[in-house]
Amino acid sequence: MKPVSLLFVIGLGAAVVAAGCGKKNTEQVAPMANPDSAAAAERARQDSIDAARAAADCAAQAEAERVASQRASDSAAAAARAAEGIRNTVTAMIHFDYDKSNVRSEDAGILDQKVAILQANPELRIRVGGHCDERGSDEYNLALGNRRAQAAKQYLVSHGIDASRIETQSWGEERPAVDGHDEGAWSQNRRDEFEIIGGGDNLRQP
Amino acid sequence: MMAVGRTGGLAVGIAAVLLTAVPPIRLAAQDTSFIDRGVRVGIIYRPGVRPGFVLLPRQGSGLDSVRAIVARDLDYSDRFEVITLPGGDSIRLATSGSAPLPPPPARGQARPATGGGAQAAGLNYPLYQALGADFALDLTLTGDTTVVTLHDVAAGGVRRTIRARLSVPGSPDFRQAVHRVADQVLQAALGTPGIAATRVLFVKDGKVYQIDQDGAEQKLVSASDRQAMSPAWASDGRRFAYMEFQAGRGQLFVQEMASGKRTAVATTGKALDFTPAFSPDAQTLAFSRATEEGTDLYTINLKDNCCLRRLTVGRFSDNLSPTFSPDGQRIAFVSTRPGLPQIYVMAADGTDQQLFAPFDYGVTGSSNAPEWSPDGQSVAFHRDVAGTLQVFVLDVRTRTVRQLTSVGRNEDPTWAPDSRHLAFVSDRSGYRQLWIIDLDTGRIRPLLQQSGARLPAWSPRLPEATSSTP
Repeated sequence: MKPVSLLFVIGLGAAVVAAGCGKKNTEQVAPMANPDSAAAAERARQDSIDAARAAADCAAQAEAERVASQRASDSAAAAARAAEGIRNTVTAMIHFDYDKSNVRSEDAGILDQKVAILQANPELRIRVGGHCDERGSDEYNLALGNRRAQAAKQYLVSHGIDASRIETQSWGEERPAVDGHDEGAWSQNRRDEFEIIGGGDNLRQP
Repeated sequence: MMAVGRTGGLAVGIAAVLLTAVPPIRLAAQDTSFIDRGVRVGIIYRPGVRPGFVLLPRQGSGLDSVRAIVARDLDYSDRFEVITLPGGDSIRLATSGSAPLPPPPARGQARPATGGGAQAAGLNYPLYQALGADFALDLTLTGDTTVVTLHDVAAGGVRRTIRARLSVPGSPDFRQAVHRVADQVLQAALGTPGIAATRVLFVKDGKVYQIDQDGAEQKLVSASDRQAMSPAWASDGRRFAYMEFQAGRGQLFVQEMASGKRTAVATTGKALDFTPAFSPDAQTLAFSRATEEGTDLYTINLKDNCCLRRLTVGRFSDNLSPTFSPDGQRIAFVSTRPGLPQIYVMAADGTDQQLFAPFDYGVTGSSNAPEWSPDGQSVAFHRDVAGTLQVFVLDVRTRTVRQLTSVGRNEDPTWAPDSRHLAFVSDRSGYRQLWIIDLDTGRIRPLLQQSGARLPAWSPRLPEATSSTP
């Protein structure tokens, strides 16, 4: 009963497995096509019990296989999610005060998480891009963006990451993250962006 | 000079009366958001100082374009009071006046010009003098030659006759050739070279464009799709340098104006190089380089594309935006050594670095984008005033600064070759575009009518491309 009802509920893959079992079952029953005695009837009864048992076993086996494959895909998804999470942590931006290039204390934690991941993944290499808002001078902002990128790099290096694993560049105010001419936009544009440039596959959780 | 006290007549008389109630403000620039277009009548910033100028009207002379361009150039020179004849009809004006002489346009209109002397004989000098004109300009066509006659009204004679073979309107050289005529007129009238035959480079949407100083003939000049910044002219007007982003680095290029051919400036490493500036002899390019140590100034020998030389060692400060003095001996630049960026100066070899534009520590805002004037006497820059940028000028000799602008945000000033006009970026009209200010009169005009233009660089006087004989 229960296995049968389950057969209807479970997915397509399990149904195919169950169909395979059923076919095998019919083959077993086929030689018993001409019963001519009570013994034969008894054997047929016994066979039908066996067949029922076999069907039940078959369904249980199918269910087990289904669960196993589900577990496998779940863990793959979980792994992918974890990798995505690591990636997001590596690329999480930090932000700066106007005309400043020091790492804000509230952003230090963001860099600390990057330090842990960089330590757990020695092949990982990143690029830091410093950006500015449109308020300052266009050309000076190239120097300021450079300072901002260097500030993040120096933080990571001072926490044990080899300098050769971190490239820096400055975009000044040339690539705003947000369009707009108010502090709401500016505060989002004063930032360091982090980009994975090598060793980004199979990232390990720290 | 020569016009002082002679620009007599009714207009000045009225102006003088009106101005008696106002303290006489001379060299202080009057920054207003007033958009001044076209030719003005009787608006006198400095009464009695600027000579009056009248362009004699001539209908059907086939020179309408030339006339319009020359008139605008002379107006934009800000060195004259350009007098517009009432109704533009000088025939009626002349005949209705008390002057007994025949009106100027009636004669010679259909006839080829026969020379300055003959023309001068017919010009009603007392009439134009009464109108406040010190100079009168007549444009006529003789065959394919444009004859430009400059009359000295007060002296009652022809000051100079210029003959030029101008190409047809619309051909590539036409406007620049007309601008050169206007510059010759200015030279003949005042003994000063003009700025009509100049252009401004600027950046818009990451590309470098050029535009004539009168706002005509905008043209794309940068050759690639990569984002460009900071165009800078060589003093010969035949080349310019600029920076281009390449994978987050800054690569410097020198491009020839005529051919568009560009050459990468030999630099080393993977640095971000920016704000190029030619030395006056165009042998050396100074620039800023951002590295792990910060941003510092370097020079490179352009002729041999070699010999990188570091001029500043900032360590904990940035040094950027170099600009040579016209004698090539000094470089003004921006340094963050006092905390905020301010204007510094050093010898061209990097020695003797010192503060250039004074500031009040803890009070004065960031100062950036210096450009040394062609006459060597001033350095224009912009400074943060109460959270917005304003254009300032440093007097090199006295080391005093004065603020030129106050309306909106104003930045990145660049000198015209006459050292009295500046182009700059302003959002005073609601969006950022290029404007031009005359430091002597304070007159401000828009160079462009479109948003997004920035980082202007005004050319030197451009090399001759067409022939015109004085």
